[in-house]
Amino acid sequence: MELRTRALETILTEKGYVDAAALDSIVQAYESKIGPRNGAQVVAKAWSDPAFKQALLADASKAVGTLGHVSRVGDHLVAVENTPQRHNMVVCTLCSCYPWEVLGLPPVWYKAAPYRSRAVKDPRGVLADFGVSLPTDTEIRVWDSTAETRFLVLPMRPEGTEGWSEAQLAEIVTRDSMIGTGFPTTPGAPS
Amino acid sequence: MMDAAAAARATGAVPGIPHDAEGPVFREPWEAQAFAMALTLHERGLFSWNEWAATLSDEIKRAQAAGDPDTGETYYRHWMATLERLVSAKGVATSETLHRYRDAWDHAADRTPHGTPIELRPEDFEG
Repeated sequence: MELRTRALETILTEKGYVDAAALDSIVQAYESKIGPRNGAQVVAKAWSDPAFKQALLADASKAVGTLGHVSRVGDHLVAVENTPQRHNMVVCTLCSCYPWEVLGLPPVWYKAAPYRSRAVKDPRGVLADFGVSLPTDTEIRVWDSTAETRFLVLPMRPEGTEGWSEAQLAEIVTRDSMIGTGFPTTPGAPS
Repeated sequence: MMDAAAAARATGAVPGIPHDAEGPVFREPWEAQAFAMALTLHERGLFSWNEWAATLSDEIKRAQAAGDPDTGETYYRHWMATLERLVSAKGVATSETLHRYRDAWDHAADRTPHGTPIELRPEDFEG
């Protein structure tokens, strides 16, 4: 169905009936409404359950597979953990294998070649553009997502979330925090 | 930017659009793309929502007669069929053109190595 949709979009764009950027902006408006948002549930569970977190970091595909209700994450998923010493960020060639089932819809800028090359050369600068500032002694590690290996960033659990349920925690896990270009929503802060 | 009011009018006028309290929800990215195309073509005046709803309901009836499970999972398949039917009924593209582009995209997908973005090239139309 994806190719069939693209075929129609190509025709409509060529004939001037639709504008690809305008379509993108409509789709982006629904980015939190597309797909099962499995990744947020996985992160929330890892924050709540130390044994699951350990299993996730050891073999993410296997660990996620043990969550009965979470499906379609695919093989070769690798979880990388953010710590005060290291921040992880994912770039992607954005082929049809982009793991939207886990991460949600990719942002529009993700498709831009300049983003990808700049993220590799100057990750701190790219993060600054997103309003993400990290201590200068935090190492930034950039992972290249491919058809063979997909990455899920496990963000640090925000302070002030002690005693929260997994469902509450999943709500604050943003798409950007799982690709490393943002943080989870801070409790109490305006979102 | 997204016109939330236009989306709300669409969900009000077209029965069965999967939604939650805030608006439409989608199972896969292409569904949102198909929704966005219908919204855009409606705003251009290609069809009214009444006309859309009648065509969609006809597509759903046809599919069910042919054994569609009617579980809601196939809703946007019918949505795409409706888009293609109206686009061809309104003379925007013939069904022959629709097939040619679908074949070209299939061809592009086949020749593109795993892990690189799929792009349409002129030779994809040569079949």
